[in-house]
Amino acid sequence: MTIDGKYGVPTVAIHTNVFERVVRSVARVNGMPRARAVFVPQPVMGKSAQELRAYVDGNDPVTGRPVMQEVIEGLTRPFDAQDLEKVVYERTTPRMVNAGTEDELQQVFLENNWTDKLPIVLPTEQRVAEMLAHTSHKLDEVVGHMRPTQFREYWEYTVEKVAVNAVMAGARPEYFPVILAIAASGVSGRGSTTSSAAAMAVVNGPVRHELNMNCGTGALGPYNHANATIGRAYGLLSQNLQGGSEPGLTYMGSQGNNYAYNCITFAENEERSPWEPLHVSHGFKASDSAVSVFGGCRHTAFTLGLREAHWQDHVRNMLRGMDPREHPTFVLDPITARQFIDRGGFDTKDKLIDWICNNACMPAGEYWDYQLIQNYVYPRATYGEEPYASMLKAAPDEMIRMFQRDEIEVVVVGGETNGYWRIFGASYGKTVSVDEWR
Amino acid sequence: MSVIDTELQRNGARATEDGALLSVLNPMGYPPRVTPKDMAPRLDTLEGKRVFLVDCRFDDADIFLKQMQTWFEEHLPGVKTELIQLSSVYTRDDPETWEKIKSNGDAAIVGVGH
Repeated sequence: MTIDGKYGVPTVAIHTNVFERVVRSVARVNGMPRARAVFVPQPVMGKSAQELRAYVDGNDPVTGRPVMQEVIEGLTRPFDAQDLEKVVYERTTPRMVNAGTEDELQQVFLENNWTDKLPIVLPTEQRVAEMLAHTSHKLDEVVGHMRPTQFREYWEYTVEKVAVNAVMAGARPEYFPVILAIAASGVSGRGSTTSSAAAMAVVNGPVRHELNMNCGTGALGPYNHANATIGRAYGLLSQNLQGGSEPGLTYMGSQGNNYAYNCITFAENEERSPWEPLHVSHGFKASDSAVSVFGGCRHTAFTLGLREAHWQDHVRNMLRGMDPREHPTFVLDPITARQFIDRGGFDTKDKLIDWICNNACMPAGEYWDYQLIQNYVYPRATYGEEPYASMLKAAPDEMIRMFQRDEIEVVVVGGETNGYWRIFGASYGKTVSVDEWR
Repeated sequence: MSVIDTELQRNGARATEDGALLSVLNPMGYPPRVTPKDMAPRLDTLEGKRVFLVDCRFDDADIFLKQMQTWFEEHLPGVKTELIQLSSVYTRDDPETWEKIKSNGDAAIVGVGH
């Protein structure tokens, strides 16, 4: 639409058919509802030249008409009255929902895709007011903007709108500053990507204890009210404040992601960690309260402890098993954190991250052939962006780094019932002050 | 006792077994205003025109567009086609490429989006 509307070049966009609703919707909210699009079958990825030629020679699966006829008409067909119609509309969101009984309203919220398909706490005015009482910010203050994908429009939300979603999640009012900080990050926990992403939220600082958050045994599981409901609030506020998360329209994750229910929300075990807390690594004081949000969260590698003879090989194997597009976040039980010091001498987190960066390597030819590297990193390399441009010069058998140093994070959590630990494919987003939202 | 019942009691709200109506807030955010954009005027014909086939560098789009280019050569040889790649990843705007197409071409086919 940019080249057509802004640069004045008549354009046709080709999409795969499963994105028809998305394409029409994005065109509409970008002010060009009649943008000309042609559809071919899904998938294009992995198909041979011969198979793709058949797509070109075949019919548009949406309209049933020949693809090339539609392409040519898209560039030459004169505008009709509908094409020329200026669509201007203000979209508004009413403050209230029509009154109803408990059962009726649960059904309204379910049918409007305002929930995660589990029962919610209905956001009555009284409950929302109680939530709002736990922040000094005004209810109509804008907290931020969010969207499910880069090609959609940003939606805006206020303190009150965040409170509504916090109530729905079952959060207690005292959790509200943490939930506001998450909302202020603008990082969606309901991204629309076909890769089925989720989010992760790590809470640091005194607020962990104020809210009785769990950073010990079972911290990542369903065993703590604050962890559970703050995480659920992250998901609900994301889907509702960004304008939806509906499969086929505003959510295209092919398989979906179970982590999305709770957005992997937990507190770091700072007291048992041998290293500086996560928020301190990102510029905050230890006495500050903050929440760090991550995206991705598609895959996990795990093992038990670090064996004396081959621990380095084992960790390298875990890293090699990851898609190199997804950044690694080491989530370590305190037992394993100390083992990393015993085995590798990593008495600071920086030293461990250096080791990970230098040891997560693979042959260049293999690296560049990953589909996600082809889609998202290779174009940046050919554009001349470093360090990717230099990495592209490596011979196919030359070992190159899978991850850049600033893409690697380490978090300590767990109750030391054993030294199990994991690597989440989770890309760091940002750290936001909780104190500023009190 | 369900979570909802617990919350109703904690917040002093009326239970709804008697059919009492509840007044609740809408959880959706605020969408931006939609402003219309004009499409570029269409061409009378593609004959003799230069059409850029723009590879968005996603999921083998280049292979697909090469097949489309071959189709033009076979069926509409009077149409000049030029395959061009986005400068970088498709998530970034690419004004240099758009300017090049505007200066040197008559139309564009962009693919394959998802």
